[in-house]
Order: sequence, then structure tokens, then C-alpha cells
Amino acid sequence: MNLLLRGFEDFGQYLILLRRSFTGLLRFRLYWQLWTYESIQIGRDSLLLVAIISFFVGAVTTVQTAYQIVSPFIPKSTIGAIVSTSAILELAPTITSLVLAGRVGSSIASQIGSMRVSEQIDALEVMGINSATYLLLPRLFGAVIFFPILVIYACFIVHLGGIIAGAFTGAVNPTQFAIGARSFYEDFQIVFMIIKAVTFGFIISTVSAYQGYYVKGGALEVGNASTRAVVISCLMILAADYVLAQLLL
Amino acid sequence: MGHLRIENISKWFGKTQVLHNISSSFIPGKVNMIIGPSGCGKTVLLKCIVGLIQPEEGKVYFDNLDFFRASPEARRNVLRNLGMLFQSSALFDSMTVGENVAFPLRVFTEQSEKEIQDRVAYCLERVGLAGAQSKYPAELSGGMKRRVGLARAIALNPRYLFCDEPNSGLDPLTARRIDALIQELTTDFHTTTVVVTHDLKSMIEMGHQILFLHQGKAEWQGTKQALLGSLEALPANLQAFIKAAGVTQIHN
Repeated sequence: MNLLLRGFEDFGQYLILLRRSFTGLLRFRLYWQLWTYESIQIGRDSLLLVAIISFFVGAVTTVQTAYQIVSPFIPKSTIGAIVSTSAILELAPTITSLVLAGRVGSSIASQIGSMRVSEQIDALEVMGINSATYLLLPRLFGAVIFFPILVIYACFIVHLGGIIAGAFTGAVNPTQFAIGARSFYEDFQIVFMIIKAVTFGFIISTVSAYQGYYVKGGALEVGNASTRAVVISCLMILAADYVLAQLLL
Repeated sequence: MGHLRIENISKWFGKTQVLHNISSSFIPGKVNMIIGPSGCGKTVLLKCIVGLIQPEEGKVYFDNLDFFRASPEARRNVLRNLGMLFQSSALFDSMTVGENVAFPLRVFTEQSEKEIQDRVAYCLERVGLAGAQSKYPAELSGGMKRRVGLARAIALNPRYLFCDEPNSGLDPLTARRIDALIQELTTDFHTTTVVVTHDLKSMIEMGHQILFLHQGKAEWQGTKQALLGSLEALPANLQAFIKAAGVTQIHN
């Protein structure tokens, strides 16, 4: 019962922080600089990690799909269809976001948490600056804008991994893979992927900022908040993934 | 010079009352000290005054403006006339010293980059750190961080200056330098300064009016001269505090 009440209290506090982050805006130039910095942190610095993970996800999915398709009556292009559809609908947005929850989410929570325990947030408030707006808004917009870009990039790399692995193992050649991928493609799948990416970006940035913003204590608590930010973000991503699939497909 | 007055400030953390009906009127343009043993509520009172903690009861008046009941815009105006030095210095560690001092100028003024850089150089010179613009907070000693914190606090020419334990954790020589600097800035910038400390030597060095807290209650307040007058005339807790600090010779 206490856990449930605490959950409601946390959720209420999270909504209050969200509302506060859209009030008391200062001059645009200040947020532009912060947004640029956050976008580099979220976007550019994640490119290599996303590329490596996406490549292997694509390769493994292709090899495992080929392993499961044993009937000679099923054309090899089916492998491309399955891998491509899975990449667009699930693998690129969800796996990328789960990875970014670890990299970006923990970074946001620990940055803001460190600012809390070292009184930097108090210093902002004493200057008359709304710390919620200053700290949350640039990160939120950085995530919401750059997550879709990263997910599109991840989707491309998953396909690339699939094509290379298929050709390397002889499971499916690039032409068959492309024919299969195109046979089940619909434009809405891309829209769905982008909706997912925006939602997951929103979840990761706001949940992590919330965890960091309300840290009490010292370095140990900042570490705990960072871990909580990753765990809660991952759980919420999975829940949102199901809800979006149920609602939109 | 800013006028600052607090009335019946009370604060609870859960069921524990940490401040009991504290009232005081601070002397404009002077250094006002809030002293007392650790855990007596000094920092909580300071944070209540600047609005970082909302007390359950009481009022804070900045120039007769009821701070807690003022409009958000009026509160922001008060805060822009206020500088604060935190116990941990609270410098933005991702910014250089120059960027830290320039920060309030960039946020709240329309000054050109040259004017901002000139002002930063002036503030850093005033605290004895001329030319330290490009250093990062992590490269500074504790005393230097406090001085940068002071430079940032005075960047906007504040009318009120608040210092939370400005010399805790510093060696005695550096601590006295920080005290002298606060005194000097108060005089030169005509700020109404409130300093929280448990260091009686600081109080003797720069205090003008003293508020002594014990277990969240204002046990004694008066001028430094009254405090230095006669030990026997002071409340028992203040006598014990002074004796424990080892500065009883000031009464001889």
C-alpha cells in the first residue's frame, strides 16, 4: 500500500516538474546554447554505440531467421521481409532506446543529481532562474529531436548488418534481401517508428531529469538515482512500446 | 542599501520543528551575523530568507515587500538584487571561472560581450583572482572557489549579500582573508550582508549585528559591542558557545 502511495506521489511530483519546466522561460539564446550542447551529447556521441549495436542486431536477426526457415517452399526473400519489418517496427526504435536509456538517461540523471547535491540548482534558483526550465527543457528537446534521427540511422544499420550477414553466411543474397524488405514495406511503418522514437526520447529525458532533480544526499544517492533512471526508463519504454503497438497497429 | 526584516519564521521538517518564531531586523549596509552551534538551524533560516525553503509560518520583507506573498515577477526582481555565496561555493563545474561570473550578466542584462568581459575582469580583480577567467572550478583551491563565488555574487551589483558558512573548511589565514573580503565588499557595494557562521573569530572580524540561534530559537540578538561587553550578561547557551570556541579572552 505504501509503495502504491509513493508511486502516486512520485508521479504527481513528476507531472509538477514537467509543468514547471514550461514556465518562466528566459531568453531564447540561453536555451539555444544549452540545446546545442545537449544535442551533441545525445546525438553525435551516441552514433558509434548505436551503429555497433544495430549492426550486430541486424546480423543476428538475419542468421537466426534463416536458421528457423528450413522449408524449401519458403522463398529466401522472406528473411529480408522479416528482418526489415522487425527492424522498422521494433528493433531500431526499441533496442536503440533501451541502449540510449543506459547511456543518455544515466548521464542526465547524474549531471542534474550532481548539480543538486553541490547546490548548483540552489544557486540557479537564488538568481531567479527557474531551474526546472533551465535543466529539463534543453534535454527534453534534444532527446525528442535527436532520438528519431538516431533511430532512422539505427534502422539503416540494422538493414546493413542483415544484408552483410546474409551474404557472408550464404543465407540470403542482397538482392533477395531487398526484394523481401520491399514486399512488406508500408510508409506508415516509418511514421510508427518515428512516433515510438519521440515517445521514448520524451520518457528517457524527463524520467532521468526527474530522478536527478530530486536527489537528496551525496555521491552515493546520485549513483542510485542514475541507476533508478535507467531501470524506470527501460520499464516505461517497454510499457509504452506495448501501448503504442496496441493503439496504432 | 536594502532593508531586510524577518517576522516569526517557523519551519518544520516532518514532525520536528527546526525554527521557532524567529524575528529580526537586519542593519542595512552592514554585516549581520547569524551564529550558533552546528544543527541549530542557521542555514535553514538563511535558505528561508532567500526563498530556497518555504517556512510554514512567518514573513520575510525585502524593502517592505512581503517576499512569500509577492507576485512571481516581484520575487524575481528581489532575487536579481541578491547575491549568495554557498557553503560549497556552488560554482557551475562545466563552466570556466569567467563563464561562472559572466553567467548572471548573460542571463539578466543586455550588455555587449565586451562589457560583460570587463565586468568579469573587474569582479575577479576585486576578489584577488585577476586573470583566472580560463580556469575550471575543479582546478581551484577551496579558498579560491569561495572568492569566485563572491565574484559571481557581486556581478550584478546586488543590494543584499548572503553568505552560508563562507570560511568553513578553510585554513585560518584564508578564512580571515575571506572575512576581510566580505567586509570590504559590503562597504564598497553598500550591500546588506547576512553571514551564517559558527566561527566566532569571523563574527569578531566582521560582524556588526549578531543573531544567536540555539536549537532553532533566537536566544540572543544585539550588536557586537554588546556581545563583547560582559560574558555574564549573556544567556547560558551563548556563554557556553563562546567558551567552547576558546575566545573568552575577548571579554578580558
